[in-house]
Amino acid sequence: MRNVMTVGRRQFLQTGAAAAGGLVIGFHLPAHRRGARAAAAEAVVNAWLRIAPDDTVTILVAHSEMGQGVYTSLPMIVAEELEADWSKVRAEMAPADPEYRNRMFGVQATGGSTSVRSSFDHLRQAGATAREMLRQAAAERWGVPVAECHASGGRVVHGPKGWQATYGALAEAAARLAPPAEVALKKPAQWTLIGKPTPRLDTPAKVDGSAVFGVDVKLDGLLVGTVMACPVFGGRLRTVDQAPALAVKGVRAVVPLDDAVVVVADGYWPALKGLRALAPEWDEGANAAMSSASIRAEFMAALDGPAAVAAAAGDDAALAGAAKQVEAVYEVPFLAHATMEPMNATAHVTADGVEIWAPTQGQGPIQFAVGAALGLEPGQVKVHTTFLGGGFGRRFETDFALQAVLAAKAVGAPVKLIWSREEDIRHDFYRPAAVARLRGGLDAGGRPVAWQARLVCPSIMTRALPDYVKDGIDPSSVEGAAEMPYRIANRRTEYAMKHTGVPVGFWRSVGNSQNAFFVESFLDEIAHAAGADPLDFRLRLLDEAPRHRAVLEAAAETAGWGSPPPPGRFRGLALHESFGSIVAEVVEISVGDGKALSVHKVACAVDCGVVVNPDTVVAQMESGIVYGLTAALFGEITLRDGRVEQGNFDGYEMLRLAQMPEIAVRIVDSGAAIGGIGEPSTPPIAPAVANAIFAATGERVRSLPLVRHGFAAA
Amino acid sequence: MSFSLRVNGRDHRVDVDDDTPLLWVLRDNLGLTGTKFGCGIAACGACTVHVDGVATRSCVTPAASVSGAEITTIEGLSADRSHKLQRAWIAEDVPQCGYCQSGMIMAAAALLAETPAPGDSEIDDAITNICRCGTYNRVRRAIKRAAEA
Repeated sequence: MRNVMTVGRRQFLQTGAAAAGGLVIGFHLPAHRRGARAAAAEAVVNAWLRIAPDDTVTILVAHSEMGQGVYTSLPMIVAEELEADWSKVRAEMAPADPEYRNRMFGVQATGGSTSVRSSFDHLRQAGATAREMLRQAAAERWGVPVAECHASGGRVVHGPKGWQATYGALAEAAARLAPPAEVALKKPAQWTLIGKPTPRLDTPAKVDGSAVFGVDVKLDGLLVGTVMACPVFGGRLRTVDQAPALAVKGVRAVVPLDDAVVVVADGYWPALKGLRALAPEWDEGANAAMSSASIRAEFMAALDGPAAVAAAAGDDAALAGAAKQVEAVYEVPFLAHATMEPMNATAHVTADGVEIWAPTQGQGPIQFAVGAALGLEPGQVKVHTTFLGGGFGRRFETDFALQAVLAAKAVGAPVKLIWSREEDIRHDFYRPAAVARLRGGLDAGGRPVAWQARLVCPSIMTRALPDYVKDGIDPSSVEGAAEMPYRIANRRTEYAMKHTGVPVGFWRSVGNSQNAFFVESFLDEIAHAAGADPLDFRLRLLDEAPRHRAVLEAAAETAGWGSPPPPGRFRGLALHESFGSIVAEVVEISVGDGKALSVHKVACAVDCGVVVNPDTVVAQMESGIVYGLTAALFGEITLRDGRVEQGNFDGYEMLRLAQMPEIAVRIVDSGAAIGGIGEPSTPPIAPAVANAIFAATGERVRSLPLVRHGFAAA
Repeated sequence: MSFSLRVNGRDHRVDVDDDTPLLWVLRDNLGLTGTKFGCGIAACGACTVHVDGVATRSCVTPAASVSGAEITTIEGLSADRSHKLQRAWIAEDVPQCGYCQSGMIMAAAALLAETPAPGDSEIDDAITNICRCGTYNRVRRAIKRAAEA
């Protein structure tokens, strides 16, 4: 992979400079607008920013904007060091290029709540370097020592003489200078932008319909396609009679693929009508008899079969010797991502390669996958990233882009391939279903002395990133269970990898999404067995984990844990660390007639280290909570005859505004290293709600979703 | 079939099969892509537009059936984001991914037109749109802010 990623910074910068602001970025621009851009004579100061004569600073964003706020937070980091005038800053999606790789992944991709933490250092460096070049350009213009030139608010000022020049006036000269080898970065105490609530740069375009998502891409001569893959995972297309689709007005072509059929038309509606008219014959393959029941039976059997040890400490015999033992089996279902924008991509195959416009989290992966399929170098696969109508891990995959490319190649015209919602739900890379058996031992004083967990689920990494799997352990399967902040002397976490025919992938918070439910629910069980308050019980086990303790105390204080809830209301809590951040959530619920479950309030505390945009941290905590609460209440993908039974929002329910809890978010300032925020608030919500249900009803919910236990969201 | 469609104050002549949903005429024929496709079964509300002022899910509304009606999309709500809901949405920084927001705003605009100062239960009943990013509490705040503007 390294060899094909060698299109270096120098080569890119030359290309960029030659294009003089005409870098074709983000989405299709009509030719006249490209011309207008070149005429504006923006100076390409470095790979991360351009400055126009009117002082507009355009900062390139290498990570995909899927709601998590990188379109604002990443430019804030550059602008801080640049000493830019924030009101003049514009964001723009970066093209696919090794320069814009995720420093934690080595390829350009957005995921794992890494955008800010993987970019923080080099974006500060980029801003500071440009600032120094602007100061140098001013010093040379004025014939004064650079030390006398001060950068602030988008201009350079000469202190002694009071001369001033805006960045727009200096940019062209600055861009011609050699970048300094070393620059001094500002100290946190000097930050004026980082840490201040800052309105999102993408909000205006998202309130008037002008933001361009993948489905909105427009190109000359663009056709629209839609697709149906074999309904059974792993099946192939045997044959399809194309005539019924071709008889539909507006249909241009039927494109058979190995495992799917695409209909291409003048618009989405004729394409869909054409697709619905087809009756493809499938070779359903090995998974045609698979069902939720058959998968569950295999998982349950694996609770007593072979397993790999993910983590162990102390003595296994401590469990048998404990004064009191508790054991429980937990399970969670497969989950679809259900991004609001269904999967889609636009492709145009040219003589030189292929251009792709896509709402993608995986620019690098698309370059490799499409390159491999078409026999092209990754650099010949140009990827333009649009806004993403949600990602949540689904758009890390490349399947939809590859289909668009194959359809475009077959018809010899650019094709925008849009999946129906049914296709989106039925051909996801799902959050794995999982089963866990937990065992805990308490001593005579009610202190936990033993903890054993056996996890059973499919491995994501075996397919997606096989190098990460070692000795039978997929770290994404055991994350959030192998490591716990709680001090329990004798611990063992095992993992039995069980593959099914169901594709599995990265679903917001990945393994943490199920493991937090297992760990935090079972911890509540042993707290109850010990006769202890769930908060006190946890705090006693966190005496060596001060950050976790502070976060849990902050959430409890916000929720008023110390005083009883109003009559009829009950509380539950959970704490979980993931992606470098620690989140605690306390929920307040009531359960009415017919098990009508109302989640009234969520008090959330987060320690994510350095905070770039506090309002975005708050928004992401809210977002992750709703995502996890939706899954806890309703989320379940089931299989019969090798097929997913759900297909749309009528069968795969979503939380609505009327069911929304109040959410209060408190950011705990620890001064720790920067952590992620896109995912860490999702894991604690399911166990917090389940623990509250136990407090309210005495019913211990050990499987999800809650509707399966007769609860109805109120 | 060929028929006329009045969208955002302009008349258009379109020639599509008579079962073609308004959503796809807006997006594919008229290039008005602010209105979004989310489900195709009127379950999510991303496709919400106004038909004679009434919030309508355009993905299940045949375009031919609203020939002669006054159709308003997010692009027609205001020319410059000056509608009080758009201003409130910016003030509350509501959107995250943003994909559902056109439909949310159109649903909210129809609500305010009918109920200038809605209470929580009226907002609950009117805003049944799905947002996967969970912006619901900010949506509620923005509607209240706009109602007070």
